[in-house]
Amino acid sequence: MNVLTKTSVFLQTSSAGIYRPGDYHAFEAAGRPYLYLASAGAVFEIESGVRALLNHVEGGGLSHEGLLAALVGEGQSLADAEEMIHELLQVRVIENGEAPPLASPEAPPAEFPLQALVLNVTNQCNLACTYCYEFGADKIATPQGKPKYMTKETARASVDLLLNESAGRNAVHITFFGGETLMNFPLLRDVLDYANAKAATLGKTITFSLTTNATLLTDPIIDFLSENEVGVTVSIDGPAEIQDRHRVYRSGKGSYAVIEPKLRRLIATHKTRAVTARVTLTEGVTDVVGIYRHLKDDLGFHEIGFAPVTNSGDRDYAIDGGGMDAVLAGFHALADEWLDHALRGELHGFTNVSETIGELIQGVNKSHPCGAALGLMGVSPSGDLSPCHRFTDADTHTMGHVSSGIDRASQKDFLDRGHVEAKYDCQSCWARPLCAGGCHHEAFVRYGDTGHANLHYCDWIREWTDRCLHIYGEVAVRNPAFLEHFAARKGL
Amino acid sequence: MKHLKPINRKARRIDDLVASMDEDVVALAQPRPHVPMGCSLSFSPGWEVDASGGTAGLCQPVERDIYDCYVTCFWPVQVPDHVNYSADWASNCAAATKDWRSLDLVFP
Repeated sequence: MNVLTKTSVFLQTSSAGIYRPGDYHAFEAAGRPYLYLASAGAVFEIESGVRALLNHVEGGGLSHEGLLAALVGEGQSLADAEEMIHELLQVRVIENGEAPPLASPEAPPAEFPLQALVLNVTNQCNLACTYCYEFGADKIATPQGKPKYMTKETARASVDLLLNESAGRNAVHITFFGGETLMNFPLLRDVLDYANAKAATLGKTITFSLTTNATLLTDPIIDFLSENEVGVTVSIDGPAEIQDRHRVYRSGKGSYAVIEPKLRRLIATHKTRAVTARVTLTEGVTDVVGIYRHLKDDLGFHEIGFAPVTNSGDRDYAIDGGGMDAVLAGFHALADEWLDHALRGELHGFTNVSETIGELIQGVNKSHPCGAALGLMGVSPSGDLSPCHRFTDADTHTMGHVSSGIDRASQKDFLDRGHVEAKYDCQSCWARPLCAGGCHHEAFVRYGDTGHANLHYCDWIREWTDRCLHIYGEVAVRNPAFLEHFAARKGL
Repeated sequence: MKHLKPINRKARRIDDLVASMDEDVVALAQPRPHVPMGCSLSFSPGWEVDASGGTAGLCQPVERDIYDCYVTCFWPVQVPDHVNYSADWASNCAAATKDWRSLDLVFP
């Protein structure tokens, strides 16, 4: 939770001991010095005098008198130096003596109201992507003996659960997911009708989106999605030679030739919601810029987001260190473009920057890496609840059933494990306000524990967060009004 | 704040909190005009006990009361505890404008 209290930030004014740096990450942007305060998620621009003070404190060993003498020796007045020290102590940019430990972000209240459900309308898929987390080598789903397709009754019970468990929220959301979502398309029409009517009687609004591999899109389906303002995310890896490497039919035949005309028609026709692409990066699929160019400039997707494949660490499709370097280089190149666009007041479609900027504006300080088992839960075709869509049909992570409600004990166990405070390695990391240890599912696949920090990404996450802070600082100076585009992005 | 400029919303909330803390002790700050908080000059009853014999219902927090009575009013013996029973209550407070949080609480 993003709660700020006096005791979590302040009440540190002792000046009797030795000064030491607080919990911050210093960076420069647009030629100005900044601090990112990791205890709170706050971004401050600092005076050059503060930078000089921090240099002294980072050197270590200075008492109050010693620090004052150093600052006065550099030409500051005694009163100014005292005031600056006091201010930095208050905000805990510097600490002195036995400062009380900072509180971790508070856990959200029990029975946190739902905001979104991900309905796995089927666990069947017409593709056989080799890296799939639901069907591939590292799958955790145990669908044997369970329904393959969600029924109307289960879907309606899911809608009822979402509306009943969303106390205090005026707007809720349903995402349709699979398997391949469109293999159970008839269910979508029924859910939309039922959910819209039911929400209206309660005075709530409900919005919809779906994720698809695009192979089963037809003109009537595209028209339906557009007319009903259903957001569409397409899982796609890039141009033909890349897409067809992993995103294949059971026969091994690639899927690009099938989806390309359908995507062009979808993007040309569907104007009521964003059509976004979600790219999975794997060994050999690391040309981020080339993939972006194709999906954005050629096919016309509004936004494109990239993520490395989830795996247990020793799969042949996993990206090795050199591959991750290539990915990061590509991210930096697109980040350059994003910044150029922002300074011209234009939106750029690289989701990985936009999402981070949205969080930096608010200054989030996450207790948990994402909304799984908080505002968001997954529903399997059988109606089993899970922390999110990635745990669908996994017996290890059932969290109740749409007919009987949320299993609060299981939910509590999951959230207690996933709290950033429970992750030892995160406590000394300045990127924890945004990362909070990373994906629960990735941690389970990699380490067998949803509460384990995703240590294999730490350096990468820090470099990327640092890059986004630079962008944020630069835009905050040179085109601050532009940031407001992203202020409401995540509904934080 | 003078030396730190908030750049995102969380930083602005911290700025507001710091300001609220500073304003919390505005009565003690110079050169702003000083108005003893809740003091009715020589007959402020605030340091005593409330109608039920406790301190929860006093007209103002005892910490404030005892400070204002002792340091800033012209009538120092308005704090009988200091004179009679708690002679050391301010011993941790060498400079009141900085160390007032270190004042011992003195309950009647």
